[in-house]
Amino acid sequence: MLGFTRSQSYAFLVMLVLIAVGPFVLYPVFLMRVLCAALFACAFNLMLGYVGLLSFGHAAFFGMGSYVTAWTMKFWHLDASFAIALGGLTGAALGLVLGYLAIRRSGIYFAMITLALAQMVYFFCLEAPFTGGEDGIQQVPRGYLFGFIDLSNDMTMYWVVAAVFLGGFLLIHRIIHSPFGQVLKGIRENEPRATSLGYRTDDYKLIAFVLSCGLSGLAGGTKALVFGIATLTDVHYSTSGEVVLTTLLGGLGTVFGPAMGALIVTSMENYLAQAGAWVTVIQGAIFMICVLAFRRGVIGEIANWRKLTL
Amino acid sequence: MMMIFGIPAPLLFGQLLLGLINGAFYAMLSLGLAVIFGMLNIINFAHGALFMMGAFVAWILLDQFGIGYFPALILAPLIVGIFGVFLERTIISRLYKLDHLYGLLLTFGLSLVIEGLFRNAYGSSGLPYRIPDVLQGATNLGFMYMPNYRGWVVLAALVVCLSTWAIIEKTSLGATLRAATENAPLVQAFGVNVPRVITLTYGAGVALAAFAGVLAAPIYSVNPNMGSNFINTVFAVVVIGGMGSILGSIVTGFGLGVVEGLTKVFYPQASATVVFLVMIIILLARPRGLFGKAA
Repeated sequence: MLGFTRSQSYAFLVMLVLIAVGPFVLYPVFLMRVLCAALFACAFNLMLGYVGLLSFGHAAFFGMGSYVTAWTMKFWHLDASFAIALGGLTGAALGLVLGYLAIRRSGIYFAMITLALAQMVYFFCLEAPFTGGEDGIQQVPRGYLFGFIDLSNDMTMYWVVAAVFLGGFLLIHRIIHSPFGQVLKGIRENEPRATSLGYRTDDYKLIAFVLSCGLSGLAGGTKALVFGIATLTDVHYSTSGEVVLTTLLGGLGTVFGPAMGALIVTSMENYLAQAGAWVTVIQGAIFMICVLAFRRGVIGEIANWRKLTL
Repeated sequence: MMMIFGIPAPLLFGQLLLGLINGAFYAMLSLGLAVIFGMLNIINFAHGALFMMGAFVAWILLDQFGIGYFPALILAPLIVGIFGVFLERTIISRLYKLDHLYGLLLTFGLSLVIEGLFRNAYGSSGLPYRIPDVLQGATNLGFMYMPNYRGWVVLAALVVCLSTWAIIEKTSLGATLRAATENAPLVQAFGVNVPRVITLTYGAGVALAAFAGVLAAPIYSVNPNMGSNFINTVFAVVVIGGMGSILGSIVTGFGLGVVEGLTKVFYPQASATVVFLVMIIILLARPRGLFGKAA
């Protein structure tokens, strides 16, 4: 089904059922938060899991997408579909510029460069007038989708977010299993060999980066619409760190890992909200445990245990 | 009043001095990162957190035990260095066979834990640390008044940086270190205990960060975020300089501090981002960094 293996098809069906039943069991706003984080993590996983480049600056794309959607909804009163799409385009455009600079180095330098560039974006957002500085852009209306679907109702909004997530999820799946995606995996495994086969590896990496950033922007824009707010937290490097944690915890380079990671990390934040700074400590500790003893992540471990591809 | 490029001289020199001070911290931190990276092949993301820890240890020594600034300048790096040795032995050494990125991720997690613990214990509002009496006041240099403590920071940082350089480049201990960086198995075959050298290198790099933290304590308020505020810029400094050369990190660190200071005078809006702009230019013109070796 859709190019999934048998086990992936079952997992996809389980995910669909969970998404469909979820809002009748749990608070829809919480689930929307999970879905936005999941789309963000899936987009990030495209870079780290399939190209093997660790971007430590993905918050820049997520955050700028969030700002642009919030701003265009609030001040231009755009249709929600346009505003979210603009968020995605902003992420992609910024990804093109920053990616062009960052892919000149690989490995550890790539991580440091993306971190530094994202920090520059953060300082820009801190100073620029349109972001509202420390206050952010608040009280963003959800508006209408396609001119007639009122999004102020949480359930309506939920189905839209679910559709955006599934669209992004399937697009990433399609990218990974296209000939283009195969070349990406080839670059991850052995870049000199890919070059010697005649592939312009830098172009491939850049295109993958732009796609990943565009989807991150989409996730950011959707998040801004759901919560009606875009703030400096969205562009802060802790958000970049969080998406790394989400992906690592769920399972690096797996199809369903990032979504699982998003569910765990978001629940943890939700239920530990009263614990204040302990959340950071716990997140850091989980990070360390993942790296030391649990590198496959939850989905990766299940897949390995049951000998499945997930 | 004397003017230079239409800017009052005291303002210009004042900002230059501030730039030099920031540069001193960039130099000390990027130097430690480079030394650790050379031996361990790990980017120590926790460097900022350990810098902050140095400042806190100095504050605790004064607050709880009445131990003053100058003893703290030795004790705090020692304590944090021992903590670093403990970290390397128990956790970091498990990662040497893996991709370098795991080292980055592990130390990132470590920095979250350390910062979170200090935030829980001391809040994030910041604690004052008094400048020691000997270094109070200011000296008239003729063209400007220089606060004594700031002069001391620049001087101490220079001495520490240059001693580190001298130890690595000019002593037999440094020669062993450099050889182990180039070819660890061969050095091991000569009877050098390479794992111990690695452990001590990490400890020394971390102690350097803690030393910088103690120097920073009276200038910035001692707070759990002081490290992460610095470390992102330090990463840009490392990318600009390349991690190939010790002297390179020192020069790049101080140089970028001065550039930042000058930007504050001529175009203050860009002062936070100028280091990153320099990084972009370097990436376009010379991707391996000013002093980096060709990949």
